[in-house]
Amino acid sequence: MVLKCRHVWDHISDYIEGTLDPAVRADVEKHLAHCEICSAVLDSTRNVIILIADDRVFELPVDFSKRLHARLDMVLATESPEPG
Amino acid sequence: MTTPAAVSRQERESALIAAILDGDREKFHDLIRPYERQVYLTALSLVKNETEAEDVAQEAILRAYRKLASFRGDAKFSTWLIAITLNEARTRLRDEKRVLLDSLDNQNLENGDYTPAALTDWREVPLEALERLEIRALLGQAVAALPAAFREVVVLRDMEELSVNETAEALGISIALVKVRLHRARLLLQKRLAPQLRIELKSRKKSGILQRLPWF
Repeated sequence: MVLKCRHVWDHISDYIEGTLDPAVRADVEKHLAHCEICSAVLDSTRNVIILIADDRVFELPVDFSKRLHARLDMVLATESPEPG
Repeated sequence: MTTPAAVSRQERESALIAAILDGDREKFHDLIRPYERQVYLTALSLVKNETEAEDVAQEAILRAYRKLASFRGDAKFSTWLIAITLNEARTRLRDEKRVLLDSLDNQNLENGDYTPAALTDWREVPLEALERLEIRALLGQAVAALPAAFREVVVLRDMEELSVNETAEALGISIALVKVRLHRARLLLQKRLAPQLRIELKSRKKSGILQRLPWF
Protein backbone atom coordinates (compact mmCIF):
# COMPACT_ATOMS: atom_id res chain seq x y z
CA MET A 1 0.00 0.00 0.00
CA VAL A 2 1.29 3.48 -0.83
CA LEU A 3 1.35 5.58 2.31
CA LYS A 4 1.07 9.33 2.64
CA CYS A 5 3.44 11.24 4.95
CA ARG A 6 0.71 11.69 7.56
CA HIS A 7 0.19 7.93 7.78
CA VAL A 8 3.90 7.35 8.15
CA TRP A 9 4.02 9.82 11.08
CA ASP A 10 1.28 7.79 12.78
CA HIS A 11 3.60 4.80 12.77
CA ILE A 12 6.85 6.47 13.80
CA SER A 13 6.76 5.50 17.46
CA ASP A 14 5.88 1.85 16.76
CA TYR A 15 8.50 1.80 14.02
CA ILE A 16 11.15 2.90 16.52
CA GLU A 17 9.86 0.37 19.05
CA GLY A 18 10.13 -2.34 16.40
CA THR A 19 6.54 -3.41 17.04
CA LEU A 20 5.02 -2.65 13.64
CA ASP A 21 3.27 -5.40 11.77
CA PRO A 22 5.76 -6.64 9.09
CA ALA A 23 3.51 -5.66 6.16
CA VAL A 24 3.03 -2.12 7.51
CA ARG A 25 6.71 -1.90 8.29
CA ALA A 26 7.55 -2.74 4.68
CA ASP A 27 5.18 0.00 3.46
CA VAL A 28 6.72 2.52 5.87
CA GLU A 29 10.22 1.59 4.74
CA LYS A 30 9.23 1.94 1.11
CA HIS A 31 8.00 5.47 1.84
CA LEU A 32 11.04 6.38 3.93
CA ALA A 33 13.37 5.35 1.13
CA HIS A 34 12.20 8.16 -1.11
CA CYS A 35 10.74 10.75 1.31
CA GLU A 36 13.36 13.02 2.76
CA ILE A 37 10.93 14.76 5.10
CA CYS A 38 9.71 11.56 6.74
CA SER A 39 13.17 10.10 7.06
CA ALA A 40 14.33 13.34 8.73
CA VAL A 41 11.34 13.23 11.10
CA LEU A 42 12.20 9.63 11.94
CA ASP A 43 15.89 10.39 12.51
CA SER A 44 15.24 13.44 14.66
CA THR A 45 12.59 11.66 16.75
CA ARG A 46 14.94 8.76 17.32
CA ASN A 47 17.70 11.20 18.23
CA VAL A 48 15.47 13.06 20.71
CA ILE A 49 14.70 9.73 22.42
CA ILE A 50 18.41 8.93 22.68
CA LEU A 51 19.21 12.38 24.05
CA ILE A 52 16.54 12.49 26.76
CA ALA A 53 17.57 9.02 27.96
CA ASP A 54 20.98 10.39 28.89
CA ASP A 55 21.57 10.71 32.63
CA ARG A 56 23.02 14.19 32.19
CA VAL A 57 19.65 15.70 31.22
CA PHE A 58 18.17 15.30 34.69
CA GLU A 59 20.84 15.02 37.31
CA LEU A 60 20.16 14.02 40.89
CA PRO A 61 20.32 16.97 43.28
CA VAL A 62 23.71 17.30 44.99
CA ASP A 63 23.90 15.00 48.04
CA PHE A 64 20.51 13.46 47.26
CA SER A 65 21.83 10.03 48.12
CA LYS A 66 23.53 11.19 51.31
CA ARG A 67 20.34 12.77 52.63
CA LEU A 68 18.25 9.75 51.65
CA HIS A 69 20.48 7.24 53.43
CA ALA A 70 20.78 9.45 56.51
CA ARG A 71 16.99 9.55 56.74
CA LEU A 72 16.81 5.80 56.13
CA ASP A 73 19.31 5.24 58.95
CA MET A 74 16.98 6.97 61.40
CA VAL A 75 13.99 4.89 60.34
CA LEU A 76 15.86 1.57 60.12
CA ALA A 77 17.22 2.10 63.63
CA THR A 78 13.77 2.42 65.14
CA GLU A 79 11.26 0.61 62.90
CA SER A 80 10.78 -2.85 61.45
CA PRO A 81 8.79 -3.29 58.25
CA GLU A 82 5.09 -3.73 59.00
CA PRO A 83 3.97 -7.36 59.24
CA GLY A 84 2.61 -8.58 55.88
CA MET B 1 12.61 -9.96 28.24
CA THR B 2 14.23 -12.01 30.98
CA THR B 3 17.97 -12.03 30.52
CA PRO B 4 20.34 -14.02 32.78
CA ALA B 5 21.45 -10.71 34.34
CA ALA B 6 17.83 -9.82 35.13
CA VAL B 7 17.28 -13.23 36.72
CA SER B 8 20.35 -12.91 38.92
CA ARG B 9 19.33 -9.38 39.93
CA GLN B 10 15.91 -10.68 40.89
CA GLU B 11 17.44 -13.50 42.92
CA ARG B 12 19.75 -11.08 44.65
CA GLU B 13 16.83 -8.81 45.49
CA SER B 14 14.69 -11.67 46.78
CA ALA B 15 17.53 -12.69 49.09
CA LEU B 16 17.94 -9.10 50.33
CA ILE B 17 14.21 -8.73 50.94
CA ALA B 18 14.08 -12.01 52.86
CA ALA B 19 17.05 -10.90 54.99
CA ILE B 20 15.49 -7.50 55.73
CA LEU B 21 12.17 -9.04 56.72
CA ASP B 22 14.15 -11.45 58.85
CA GLY B 23 15.60 -8.56 60.87
CA ASP B 24 18.70 -7.51 58.93
CA ARG B 25 17.22 -4.06 58.32
CA GLU B 26 20.48 -2.42 57.24
CA LYS B 27 20.33 -4.38 53.99
CA PHE B 28 17.56 -2.06 52.83
CA HIS B 29 20.28 0.45 51.89
CA ASP B 30 21.68 -2.06 49.38
CA LEU B 31 18.25 -2.99 48.06
CA ILE B 32 17.33 0.60 47.27
CA ARG B 33 20.65 1.97 46.02
CA PRO B 34 20.28 0.88 42.36
CA TYR B 35 16.87 2.57 42.14
CA GLU B 36 17.49 5.99 43.68
CA ARG B 37 17.68 7.76 40.37
CA GLN B 38 14.62 5.98 39.00
CA VAL B 39 12.54 6.90 42.03
CA TYR B 40 13.67 10.52 41.87
CA LEU B 41 12.93 10.84 38.14
CA THR B 42 9.52 9.26 38.59
CA ALA B 43 8.70 11.75 41.33
CA LEU B 44 10.02 14.62 39.23
CA SER B 45 7.84 13.53 36.30
CA LEU B 46 4.79 14.47 38.37
CA VAL B 47 5.76 17.23 40.75
CA LYS B 48 8.08 19.25 38.46
CA ASN B 49 10.03 20.78 41.31
CA GLU B 50 13.34 19.37 42.49
CA THR B 51 12.83 19.92 46.21
CA GLU B 52 9.39 18.40 46.17
CA ALA B 53 10.58 15.51 44.01
CA GLU B 54 13.30 14.70 46.52
CA ASP B 55 10.76 14.80 49.31
CA VAL B 56 8.38 12.49 47.41
CA ALA B 57 11.28 10.15 46.60
CA GLN B 58 12.27 9.87 50.25
CA GLU B 59 8.69 9.30 51.39
CA ALA B 60 8.15 6.65 48.70
CA ILE B 61 11.30 4.79 49.69
CA LEU B 62 10.34 4.88 53.38
CA ARG B 63 6.92 3.59 52.44
CA ALA B 64 8.49 0.78 50.43
CA TYR B 65 10.50 -0.16 53.52
CA ARG B 66 7.47 -0.15 55.80
CA LYS B 67 5.35 -2.11 53.32
CA LEU B 68 8.11 -4.46 52.22
CA ALA B 69 6.29 -7.54 53.57
CA SER B 70 3.45 -6.86 51.13
CA PHE B 71 5.78 -7.07 48.10
CA ARG B 72 4.92 -10.23 46.18
CA GLY B 73 7.59 -11.62 43.95
CA ASP B 74 5.23 -11.82 40.96
CA ALA B 75 6.10 -8.24 39.89
CA LYS B 76 9.58 -6.81 39.60
CA PHE B 77 10.74 -4.94 42.66
CA SER B 78 11.48 -1.86 40.51
CA THR B 79 7.93 -1.82 39.08
CA TRP B 80 6.48 -2.10 42.58
CA LEU B 81 8.72 0.71 43.81
CA ILE B 82 7.78 2.98 40.90
CA ALA B 83 4.08 2.35 41.48
CA ILE B 84 4.55 3.39 45.13
CA THR B 85 6.40 6.51 44.01
CA LEU B 86 3.69 7.50 41.53
CA ASN B 87 1.11 6.98 44.23
CA GLU B 88 3.02 9.11 46.69
CA ALA B 89 3.41 11.91 44.14
CA ARG B 90 -0.26 11.78 43.18
CA THR B 91 -1.39 11.91 46.79
CA ARG B 92 0.72 15.01 47.19
CA LEU B 93 -0.74 16.61 44.08
CA ARG B 94 -4.26 15.74 45.15
CA ASP B 95 -3.66 17.41 48.47
CA GLU B 96 -2.62 20.49 46.58
CA LYS B 97 -5.59 20.16 44.22
CA ARG B 98 -3.38 20.41 41.18
CA VAL B 99 -4.51 17.16 39.60
CA LEU B 100 -7.83 18.49 38.37
CA LEU B 101 -6.26 21.33 36.42
CA ASP B 102 -3.70 19.06 34.88
CA SER B 103 -6.26 16.47 33.81
CA LEU B 104 -8.29 19.21 32.12
CA ASP B 105 -5.21 20.29 30.22
CA ASN B 106 -4.83 16.78 28.94
CA GLN B 107 -8.24 16.48 27.33
CA ASN B 108 -8.30 15.75 23.62
CA LEU B 109 -4.56 15.44 23.37
CA GLU B 110 -4.74 11.75 22.66
CA ASN B 111 -6.94 12.22 19.61
CA GLY B 112 -5.52 15.45 18.24
CA ASP B 113 -4.06 15.87 14.81
CA TYR B 114 -0.37 16.16 14.74
CA THR B 115 2.26 17.59 12.43
CA PRO B 116 5.92 17.05 13.23
CA ALA B 117 8.66 19.57 12.60
CA ALA B 118 9.71 18.72 9.05
CA LEU B 119 13.25 20.01 9.04
CA THR B 120 15.31 18.03 6.62
CA ASP B 121 18.53 19.80 7.52
CA TRP B 122 18.48 18.57 11.09
CA ARG B 123 18.66 14.90 11.93
CA GLU B 124 21.02 14.30 14.73
CA VAL B 125 22.55 15.96 17.73
CA PRO B 126 25.54 13.97 18.93
CA LEU B 127 25.57 12.85 22.58
CA GLU B 128 28.67 14.99 23.12
CA ALA B 129 26.41 18.02 22.77
CA LEU B 130 24.97 17.11 26.18
CA GLU B 131 28.17 18.45 27.70
CA ARG B 132 26.60 21.81 27.02
CA LEU B 133 24.30 23.19 29.63
CA GLU B 134 22.01 24.92 27.10
CA ILE B 135 21.32 21.66 25.30
CA ARG B 136 20.54 19.85 28.54
CA ALA B 137 18.26 22.70 29.59
CA LEU B 138 16.34 22.59 26.29
CA LEU B 139 15.75 18.86 26.67
CA GLY B 140 14.79 19.13 30.34
CA GLN B 141 12.35 21.95 29.65
CA ALA B 142 10.76 20.05 26.77
CA VAL B 143 10.08 17.02 28.97
CA ALA B 144 8.82 19.23 31.81
CA ALA B 145 6.45 21.03 29.42
CA LEU B 146 4.68 17.81 28.36
CA PRO B 147 1.19 17.27 29.79
CA ALA B 148 1.45 15.09 32.91
CA ALA B 149 -0.05 11.95 31.38
CA PHE B 150 2.51 12.06 28.56
CA ARG B 151 5.40 13.00 30.78
CA GLU B 152 4.84 9.97 33.04
CA VAL B 153 4.99 7.61 30.09
CA VAL B 154 8.08 9.24 28.55
CA VAL B 155 9.93 9.23 31.87
CA LEU B 156 9.19 5.56 32.55
CA ARG B 157 9.65 4.22 29.04
CA ASP B 158 12.24 6.47 27.39
CA MET B 159 14.23 7.78 30.35
CA GLU B 160 14.07 4.95 32.87
CA GLU B 161 13.83 2.43 30.06
CA LEU B 162 11.07 0.26 31.45
CA SER B 163 9.37 -1.95 28.86
CA VAL B 164 5.97 -0.92 27.52
CA ASN B 165 4.37 -3.65 29.65
CA GLU B 166 6.16 -2.55 32.82
CA THR B 167 5.18 1.07 32.12
CA ALA B 168 1.54 0.02 31.81
CA GLU B 169 1.76 -2.00 35.01
CA ALA B 170 3.40 0.80 37.02
CA LEU B 171 0.87 3.37 35.84
CA GLY B 172 -2.12 1.06 36.08
CA ILE B 173 -3.19 1.78 32.49
CA SER B 174 -3.52 -0.43 29.39
CA ILE B 175 -0.63 -1.24 27.08
CA ALA B 176 -2.58 0.33 24.21
CA LEU B 177 -2.87 3.61 26.12
CA VAL B 178 0.85 3.58 26.93
CA LYS B 179 1.59 3.24 23.21
CA VAL B 180 -0.78 6.06 22.22
CA ARG B 181 0.61 8.43 24.84
CA LEU B 182 4.18 7.50 24.08
CA HIS B 183 3.65 8.19 20.41
CA ARG B 184 2.06 11.60 21.01
CA ALA B 185 4.68 12.53 23.57
CA ARG B 186 7.60 11.62 21.32
CA LEU B 187 6.16 13.60 18.43
CA LEU B 188 5.50 16.58 20.70
CA LEU B 189 9.11 16.44 21.86
CA GLN B 190 10.34 16.21 18.27
CA LYS B 191 8.16 19.12 17.21
CA ARG B 192 9.43 21.36 19.98
CA LEU B 193 13.03 20.27 20.06
CA ALA B 194 13.92 19.90 16.39
CA PRO B 195 13.77 23.66 15.66
CA GLN B 196 15.36 24.60 18.99
CA LEU B 197 18.25 22.19 18.72
CA ARG B 198 18.82 23.14 15.11
CA ILE B 199 19.19 26.82 16.01
CA GLU B 200 21.35 25.99 19.01
CA LEU B 201 23.69 23.87 16.90
CA LYS B 202 23.85 26.34 14.03
CA SER B 203 24.72 29.25 16.28
CA ARG B 204 27.37 27.11 17.86
CA LYS B 205 28.86 26.22 14.50
CA LYS B 206 29.03 29.85 13.44
CA SER B 207 30.58 31.07 16.63
CA GLY B 208 33.02 28.16 16.40
CA ILE B 209 34.19 29.36 13.00
CA LEU B 210 34.35 32.94 14.19
CA GLN B 211 36.51 31.91 17.08
CA ARG B 212 38.87 30.08 14.80
CA LEU B 213 39.24 32.94 12.38
CA PRO B 214 41.25 35.67 14.11
CA TRP B 215 40.28 38.43 11.67
CA PHE B 216 36.62 38.45 12.79
